[in-house]
Amino acid sequence: MTDPAPTAAQPNPATAPYAIEMRGIVKRFPGVVANDGIDLLVRKGEVHALLGENGAGKSTLMNILFGLYHPDEGEIRVGGQQVRFSGPREAVEHGLGMVHQHFMLIPRFTVTENVIMGSEGPGLTIDRKAAAAKVAEIAQRYGLAVDPEARVGDLPVGVQQRVEILRALYQGGQTLILDEPTALLTPQEVEDLYAILERLRAGGGTIVFITHKLREVAAISDRVTVIRRGRTVGVRETRDTTPEELAELMVGREVDLKVVRPEAHPTGPALVADRITVTGGQGQQAVRELSLTVRHGEIVGICGVEGNGQAELVEALAGLRKPESGSITLDGTAIAGRNPDDIRQAGLSYIPEDRHGRGLVLPFSLTENVLLGNIGHEPFSTGGRIDYAATERLTAELMETFDVRAPSPETPVGALSGGNQQKLIIARELHRQPKVILAVQPTRGLDVGAIEFVHRQLVAERDRGKGVLLISFDLDEIMDLSDRILVIFGGRIVGEFPGGAVSRTDLGLLMGGKTA
Amino acid sequence: MSAIADFFTIALLTATLRSTAPLLFAAMGGLLSERSGVTNIALEGLMLLGAFAAAAGTFFSGNPMIGLAVGMLAGLLGAIVFGVWTIGLRADQIVAGTAINLLGAGLTAFLVQRIWNQAGGSPQVEKLPAFSVGGNNVNILVPVAFLMVPLVHVVLYRTKAGLRIMAAGESPTAAESVGIAVPAYRYACVLASGLLAGLGGAYLSIGDLSQFTTNMTAGRGFIALAAVIFGNWTPWGTLAAALLFGFSQALRYQVQALNLPISQDLLIALPYLVTLVAVTLFARRSHPPAGLGKHAKSG
Repeated sequence: MTDPAPTAAQPNPATAPYAIEMRGIVKRFPGVVANDGIDLLVRKGEVHALLGENGAGKSTLMNILFGLYHPDEGEIRVGGQQVRFSGPREAVEHGLGMVHQHFMLIPRFTVTENVIMGSEGPGLTIDRKAAAAKVAEIAQRYGLAVDPEARVGDLPVGVQQRVEILRALYQGGQTLILDEPTALLTPQEVEDLYAILERLRAGGGTIVFITHKLREVAAISDRVTVIRRGRTVGVRETRDTTPEELAELMVGREVDLKVVRPEAHPTGPALVADRITVTGGQGQQAVRELSLTVRHGEIVGICGVEGNGQAELVEALAGLRKPESGSITLDGTAIAGRNPDDIRQAGLSYIPEDRHGRGLVLPFSLTENVLLGNIGHEPFSTGGRIDYAATERLTAELMETFDVRAPSPETPVGALSGGNQQKLIIARELHRQPKVILAVQPTRGLDVGAIEFVHRQLVAERDRGKGVLLISFDLDEIMDLSDRILVIFGGRIVGEFPGGAVSRTDLGLLMGGKTA
Repeated sequence: MSAIADFFTIALLTATLRSTAPLLFAAMGGLLSERSGVTNIALEGLMLLGAFAAAAGTFFSGNPMIGLAVGMLAGLLGAIVFGVWTIGLRADQIVAGTAINLLGAGLTAFLVQRIWNQAGGSPQVEKLPAFSVGGNNVNILVPVAFLMVPLVHVVLYRTKAGLRIMAAGESPTAAESVGIAVPAYRYACVLASGLLAGLGGAYLSIGDLSQFTTNMTAGRGFIALAAVIFGNWTPWGTLAAALLFGFSQALRYQVQALNLPISQDLLIALPYLVTLVAVTLFARRSHPPAGLGKHAKSG
């Protein structure tokens, strides 16, 4: 395209021409209007945040931009030229590049192979050397430190993301769209990403940053478009707005961004792990001689980068994986190596990270899902016979109490929104009157309203004297909720702080294996 | 020493090559199909169709070269059906493969009866030409089979198409996101596997023997697939595995020829036992294409 480099390097947001214009976009699916008149105007050379909750229509809008869907109404211009793409290929040819939330990378391929695949250049064969040199050159130009010969599967998540950015640039992308790009990154990797985006902008690039996190809007964007329920509800200059205003626009009502968390009054130990060692799926020592205590009436948060033993620790606590050594006691009962049902009976409730894999059976009804983990016990069954009538009554009660919105207890849970699915798990787990709640990423993928609900429930349980062990990759969640914060790295607890007495930076350093 | 020298003769070598060739054709086809993301247990049926069609084509034309072409065509047709089911209609690959295998066994037995009015096989037909190695006949298709290995290697690792085939096999969704037409590459690979399996089958009926006999593939399609797995989905690894399986078949003829006191039953079972042991031992270390049996998330 023909923009003169000097103006692009010094963008004047007020007058720069539009890189992307989407006006009055409407997209209907059977029974749903996903986009109900969205306007998104992105100026050349700016970082433009697209802010909205899950289900607000962000993904649909981007799928329309990339030609995966055709809008029922509305007009799209790219670089001033009206377009109607029939697929991602054409969008790429017009200078658009997508950095996906779930990376579209092949772990077994090298960086170069991942970058060039689909745009290998002319001819039948591939000149891998020349390709690697070109990849290295682009990486160098934008300060994307990546080894072109490395296998993508061996790279940390933050570097994998750079490979996606690199690919978009290699394909000639001038406008990059990043879909929830920080979802999987550590705080340090997020800083690195911001620096890369700054460099891209300085080099004349345009960036659309899709997110539902207010902090990111403030940190990186020049302007922000807020969408709610398929409509554009506001466009702001980032410097002229506040997180409160954006949150209200996004959710449609005033929201309390701060978790209300009165002081904790912890009593005796509820869950004690003493020097437990757990072997992971690849035979590695995932958890090494780890000790921790959760007292009744407190929330203990474990923060860390994914893959530092959290999954194996959780599995050991829940009885899904046998620890090699060490002891775990729940209110004095030894539970290490016992089966999950015994541990649940001893008083542990488990809110798993993976709603779909572990928490629920999606084709089953709400009632049947409430049965899970309770089948052998009163009042759900007597003498080996399931009491469906009683379970259904209970399910209806739980739906009422926990505000699970579903047509009936007989609806398959696969038809529910993520927020309602999570509420059902929480209802099932809290109904059992546990002594300890093991909550793993309990708000992953939920919208602000549902997050608020889950957080309030956990604090309420704490105040009823339950011990809560919270494991999350979301540092904000850990800092908002925890009475005590533990940092896990390499299968060990490497730091412990009282909640509210430690900075993000210090935690971030420890999470990366450095000392604060 | 001399006993060992007597045993490891040129005859054993050529017998090994002869037993390996049909496995190699089918395995190279299976490898392409699997690397593109389509599990191909239909190899057995495709081979059997090829073996039958090659014999029938030779019988009617009197020309084994025409028979060879007909055999390959039959494999191709079977693969088209398999491809439409699994790629076009997204049917389960195992179920579709089983259907092709049942079709291959049933259809060929039925046609033998209809055409030649006899059970068990075709009459004798003319064979493809052979050449001699140290007094042992080797069919011209044998070197062709071995040439397939470097050919497939070059296609997979040196060409644009190869990168796209492997991308489709590793992650169809990622491949489509960069504009690779995943179904087109999968069709191409499945059709190639049909041609190659047909070729392997033709080798059995008009290269090795000079007639079609019912169920003459005797599990070679499955052994070929095992060779792909045992070879960790690489061309050279698959060659090594196919040679091992071929060798264990050839042993039987050598033991017979030398009149060694080893149970016939054991020898007949040997290739299958070797396959079983190999797959069991190496299954844990194998790295199948990550997108095997998966379809792209879109459309």
